[in-house]
Amino acid sequence: MDVIETEVALAERIRDAQGPIRVLGGGTRAIGRPVQGEALSVAGLSGVVDYEPGALTLVVKAGTPLDEIEQTLAADGQRLAFEPMDHRGILGVEGTPTIGGVVAGNVSGPRRIAVGACRDFLLGVRFVDGAGRILKNGGRVMKNVTGYDLVRLMAGSRGTLGVLSEISLKVLPTPETVATLTVHGAEGGGALDAMTRAITSPFEVTGAAHVPGSASAVHLRLEGFSGSVAYRVEQLKSRLYDLGEVTVETAPDSSAELWRKIRDVEPLQDAYALWRVSMKPSAVYAGLLPAMSERAHCDYLMDWAGGECWIALSENEAASLAKAHGGDDVADGAAWLHRGLQEAVADRLINQGGGGHATLIKGPDALRGAVSVFQPEPAPVAALTAGLRQKFDPKGILNPGLMG
Amino acid sequence: MEMPEPKPEILANKAGLIARLRSVLPHDAIIENPVETQAYECDALVAYKCAPLAVVLPSSTEEVAEVLKICNEMGIPVVPRGSGTSLAGGALPTADCVILGIARMNEVLETDYDNRVIRVQAGRTNLSVTGAVEEEDFFYAPDPSSQLACAISGNIAMNSGGAHCLKYGVTTNNLLGVTMVMMDGTIVELGGAYVDAGGLDLLGLICGSEGQLGVVTEASLRILAKPEGARPVLMGFDSNEVAGACVSDIIKAGVLPVAIEFMDRPCIRATEAFAGAGYPDCEALLIVEVEGSDAEIDEQLALILDIARQHNPVELRESRSSEESARIWLGRKSAFGAMGQINDYMCLDGTIPVSQLPFVLRRIGEMSREYGLDVGNVFHAGDGNMHPLILFDANKPGDLEKCEEFGAEILKLCVEVGGCLTGEHGVGIEKRDLMTTQFSQDDLDIQMAVKDVFDSKWLLNPAKVFPLDLSDSRRAA
Repeated sequence: MDVIETEVALAERIRDAQGPIRVLGGGTRAIGRPVQGEALSVAGLSGVVDYEPGALTLVVKAGTPLDEIEQTLAADGQRLAFEPMDHRGILGVEGTPTIGGVVAGNVSGPRRIAVGACRDFLLGVRFVDGAGRILKNGGRVMKNVTGYDLVRLMAGSRGTLGVLSEISLKVLPTPETVATLTVHGAEGGGALDAMTRAITSPFEVTGAAHVPGSASAVHLRLEGFSGSVAYRVEQLKSRLYDLGEVTVETAPDSSAELWRKIRDVEPLQDAYALWRVSMKPSAVYAGLLPAMSERAHCDYLMDWAGGECWIALSENEAASLAKAHGGDDVADGAAWLHRGLQEAVADRLINQGGGGHATLIKGPDALRGAVSVFQPEPAPVAALTAGLRQKFDPKGILNPGLMG
Repeated sequence: MEMPEPKPEILANKAGLIARLRSVLPHDAIIENPVETQAYECDALVAYKCAPLAVVLPSSTEEVAEVLKICNEMGIPVVPRGSGTSLAGGALPTADCVILGIARMNEVLETDYDNRVIRVQAGRTNLSVTGAVEEEDFFYAPDPSSQLACAISGNIAMNSGGAHCLKYGVTTNNLLGVTMVMMDGTIVELGGAYVDAGGLDLLGLICGSEGQLGVVTEASLRILAKPEGARPVLMGFDSNEVAGACVSDIIKAGVLPVAIEFMDRPCIRATEAFAGAGYPDCEALLIVEVEGSDAEIDEQLALILDIARQHNPVELRESRSSEESARIWLGRKSAFGAMGQINDYMCLDGTIPVSQLPFVLRRIGEMSREYGLDVGNVFHAGDGNMHPLILFDANKPGDLEKCEEFGAEILKLCVEVGGCLTGEHGVGIEKRDLMTTQFSQDDLDIQMAVKDVFDSKWLLNPAKVFPLDLSDSRRAA
């Protein structure tokens, strides 16, 4: 594998490329269709370029380990507020996650509902496009509308439009304390109701998740100065008492551990196949979950007040789906469910006219190679996507086929 | 300001265009009389004016699509227009263009409090989006100064910000989906009532594209529950450096105010003479606002006041009532009007890293003396978005040109210290020719290549954003 240590070397490597390139940061987020190509890692492009705590801005090279960034920020009482998920648990891989991988995947966490996604904290990027040009967009200031916003476009483009070399981010102060309210026994509509009441209150809930199952529970997170958190805990409690027994976790470490597990979707990490759906919360509960339960027995985890739904399929269930729907292989059962899921998400009766998307996050290569991992786009949107790819990567060498 | 020469064959065939437009639009949706088209000759950048060939005011996405299809076929440039409040000339016409105004499309289509989303037609004004949901104690966060008049379509075109974006972000952070018509009449849906893109983030690309990639006709916006309350504190300092250091210390302390506004002495004096808000006569003034319940506000303000005291303020005034809050905000909110009272002014919009604030203010002061033009500074200090107001006399020959030259020097300075040309107003024509100071040829090429994908004939708002010599071959093709 090529390890690149400068932006110029990265540009030369891409300019001289004879065939497809598989772009890697720490290699901990192999999401998308399997890519055939020579591996190219940007992990050698590493280090903090500039950090101004008083301006809430951080500039780092794309291969910088996430750990290193978190430690740097923590020393000044700050953090990446979008709370990037760690995919190593669910994907069962080792490695060192990099900031480039986070940005390339627009990876966020539970706090996304309150403060925004990775893309919302991204101030600027430097990258090398498929023609080997070194390009920049945005900058390191918090407000910038100079020219087109390629910063948002690069976030989540998964190395298919260019290879990130440098990243500027907005960071935020780490609050003094955190508490978690848990509504025990809330299920289905009751769970949605608890999360909706919390997120539509003025109390700035920074996490709202539902973990269904035999001990179904809704968790709600409050962060801030201690007096303020204590006040909001009481206010929220008084709005939720009719939905189940409410307990409060005030020890910050316990809250942190609970939200880490939710962030990393730990309850579903043994899944054979795992999907992530983004839809409006009411459509997830009233449309998607009933539609899925007609098709298969799955396990779920809802984050973002219900707007993000994780769906897990076990190997046994995939095998029986394969048998029932004429497939030869276990992966065929998961592929059948995958197509049904993406159809359901696109169905206006199910998504309540609000749209949405389903992405296969985890599954064997045979499955990921056989389906459209990302939600298929309507023809005019697909044409725009294809047009942009052609401009950014005219030779079609950057992670070709990864996003379909 | 150079604009492309109108194409004679388009001017000559006005009747043919009007006839085709009449086949798809009601009579009152087409304005062709030169007396009436004059109302559309400029936006809020009033120094530049040019009446368009015609103006259309469609009432539906389908009508917008029909108009664009016709103009695309006939090769006629189209300049989309919301409310015409752009300070950058984003809606400035050329003589051979059709102005496509969407002000008639101002309905609320769906309000969904549980899912925290409102869907509106994009001609609706910013403030009336909040107006539609405030009964339920919700609001739409981006709040540009022109929010009473400006349209959501224009907010999306320029990715508008406002005073409260330190906490709530700008338009792109609050936009969930759009219905957009492309130049060839194709209608696309991007995003929806959900968050984040499934594929490439085309919604993020559209936001801030200055009406060059498509015409947004409907938008889904994030609405938020109103905080229980908000209160500001006013502090005066005897130097810009100290005020800048205080801003930095507040942010480092872990408080996240919703707004940190900064005014310098020329601006303080002008607003005092105009509005009489009772501001102290000092070098620099900060207004810091926090939100929450009464107790939460007290907790945050106590911390902020502690920090401020360490910087020896000449004045420290905490609001204890809504009347006192209004008084603290009065001067800030009338700052532009106050400067306008003194003379004509040009409002700049460069953004700088917050740490560069004292240096940039000092340099602006020096340049002000060199050019012989006064400058007042009022801006969002928390995010480094400056708004220098350069005073000039539009009736004095040469003054506008001198002012523009001075403005360009300030913007170049912003770029030199690591900032950018525009934080929230957009490039338009105003900063178009300065783009090469911030971007390399390749940086601009890839942006123009994006426009090639959406509008291959370069007919949508073609003379904006990119220096004319760089876009020439594309526009001529």
